[in-house]
Amino acid sequence: MTYNTYIVAVFAPLLGFLIVGSVGNLAGKRISGIVSVVLMAFSTLSAWHIFLDVIRGELVSHLVTLCPWIHVGNFKVDWQLYFDPLTATMVTVVTTVSFLVHLYSLGYMNHDKAVPRFMAYLSLFTFTMLMLVTSGNLIQLFFGWEGVGLASYLLIGFWHHKESANAAAMKAFIVNRVGDVGLALGIAALYLTFKTVDIGTILSQLDTSVSLTFMVFGHEFNRLEVIGILLFIGAMGKSAQLGLHTWLPDAMEGPTPVSALIHAATMVTAGVFLVARLSPLYELAPYARSVIIVIGASTALFAGTIALMQNDIKRVIAYSTCSQLGYMFFAAGLSAYNIAIFHLVTHAFFKALLFLGSGAVIHALSDEQDMRCMGGIWRAIPATYAMMWIGSLALAGIPFFAGFYSKDAILTAAWFGEGLPAKYAYLLGIGAAFLTALYSWRLLIMTFNGKTRADEKVLGHLHEPGATMLIPLLVLSVGAVFAGFLGEGFFTQEAFWKSAIAFRESSTEHVPLLIHYLPLIAAVIGICLAYFFYFYRTNLPALAAEKFKAIYRFLLNKWYVDELYQFCFVGPSQKMGAFFWQKGDGDIIDGYGPNGIADKVMKASNRVSRAQSGYVYHYALCFLVGFALLVAWVFFR
Amino acid sequence: MSLNHYLVLSGILFSLGLFGVFWGRKTIINVLMAIELMLLAVNLNFVAFSVHLTDLVGQVFTMFVLTVAAAEAAIGLAILVVYNRNRNSIAVEDISVMRG
Repeated sequence: MTYNTYIVAVFAPLLGFLIVGSVGNLAGKRISGIVSVVLMAFSTLSAWHIFLDVIRGELVSHLVTLCPWIHVGNFKVDWQLYFDPLTATMVTVVTTVSFLVHLYSLGYMNHDKAVPRFMAYLSLFTFTMLMLVTSGNLIQLFFGWEGVGLASYLLIGFWHHKESANAAAMKAFIVNRVGDVGLALGIAALYLTFKTVDIGTILSQLDTSVSLTFMVFGHEFNRLEVIGILLFIGAMGKSAQLGLHTWLPDAMEGPTPVSALIHAATMVTAGVFLVARLSPLYELAPYARSVIIVIGASTALFAGTIALMQNDIKRVIAYSTCSQLGYMFFAAGLSAYNIAIFHLVTHAFFKALLFLGSGAVIHALSDEQDMRCMGGIWRAIPATYAMMWIGSLALAGIPFFAGFYSKDAILTAAWFGEGLPAKYAYLLGIGAAFLTALYSWRLLIMTFNGKTRADEKVLGHLHEPGATMLIPLLVLSVGAVFAGFLGEGFFTQEAFWKSAIAFRESSTEHVPLLIHYLPLIAAVIGICLAYFFYFYRTNLPALAAEKFKAIYRFLLNKWYVDELYQFCFVGPSQKMGAFFWQKGDGDIIDGYGPNGIADKVMKASNRVSRAQSGYVYHYALCFLVGFALLVAWVFFR
Repeated sequence: MSLNHYLVLSGILFSLGLFGVFWGRKTIINVLMAIELMLLAVNLNFVAFSVHLTDLVGQVFTMFVLTVAAAEAAIGLAILVVYNRNRNSIAVEDISVMRG
């Protein structure tokens, strides 16, 4: 019975992709939408069935081998479905959010011409994501990893008539390649060390390789540390951590449901999942964990500062996602893998809610994304306004909303963490909590309150979203309210996780009262400040921007990271490409190769054809001379 | 009159024809006439050798050559007439459509 549940949960989206992708255009957008949503519903129900098994404690770990894939000598890879509390949690989150996004898309994409293609891509994404999380070996995980990258690329560039969407899609793909090099090297190093790519086998043999080393650039390093960092580089690319984060804000060029599903709730959390999945390995690699903590904490603060100054509603939320992923990573780095996954789950709900809510706003305002052209619309769309409030409350970590429980747990873990990185993470985490509240309420106020800055024509169209869009918002807002409260009972308990992750008992030591309330205080200060700046003294932000021009420009331009990369990597490689293209290929290969030979032939034949004058007497003369020579040869040879 | 006289005469005639083709090239008619002259020189050779060797074949062959030459001249002139109609010129210099 369970076997079939696994199959349905993972392969229903694939079926949806195949059906809608192949005959969707013939069936029309209505039928193809319904087919993909119904198949996703099956998948979601199965996933919840599995999750309930986990909660009841009936599922510890279950590996289903579907069929062989690669068998070469001792190297064996099979298609597998692996279920344990961790993967079941991920599958449930992915299918639930994906189902809601599928449903939402029916309404949101209704005016689009290529609905079947869109639904097919969404289903493809869901399938590859499920392949990633349910993989029992690293190769299938890599397949899923690249599959979600492909689906992300296709969906970011979904409106391919837009130049900027194409550029963003390529950027996402290329930046992810950088991370994938790390992941591929990490997998290769794991195979080199353990002679297998089966994750279960690797994790059970970790003890044998603690003392092994790698030579890297002439220095000897612990093998597990190197592997841990390489895999983390892969995770950084997928999860948009500091350095490889530049693609995520640009990915907002895609339709909003895509941003909610891929770039908030599921795909970008794959990196966190990877670290949690291999948590026993990271437990033996303390330096790699320190790197994770520092990068994660830096990202949390860094992305928060940028989100403060962005004017595109989706970009603000994108940077917020980046920042929250930083939280998850430093939680994982602090060995609180369960808390990282807890935050992943709550974040999936409230961030998907925020994205879908902002999608509803964009939809209501006739595709306007700039917050400077919004404002004062809350009376017209009160339901959307309420949803956005719930999402923001959950994001900021206000008590009894989802984000409160998970973020609090992360910061507590950081407080108890040992060493300098943990202190660093705690400080930056508090700072990021303050920034989160500040930019969230800036977004709310600029979008909904104050005097409207939208024009008459847009305001005339203002409307609440239809049922297909409102229902997912409602469901997600229920999740955003209760996921933390309910989840705390499972995700902090070892009884839930069993052996799925390396579980470290959270400290029972008493937390000082101030420390306990500090994140909340930071958040409340942030909210108040946002009200002060953007609601009561609306002239202040401009004044502050004038006064601190350098900081303002620095943040507005996203710390100039894109410019830096343009200067360091993109520019030189474009120049190098242009050199090899124009000089190498154009001048040398074409110049001496095909074009050169063709040119020589042309010149020679031009010279020869000049002999063909067209005058009869020239021919006759040649005739005569030739004949004379022939005769001479016959006689005098 | 020995055979040599005839041969020298026909040689001179042939050479005149040859030069006519290459240098006397105002119109196509000049060229055709020059070719005709060369044919006649050859005929003279045939006849001279026929008498000298007392073999009638040469004279018979001359008759064939004359017939063919007449046909050739007729066709050549016909082409010229048509060409002149189309191009308004039969000057050799103008006829170079085949130039590469």
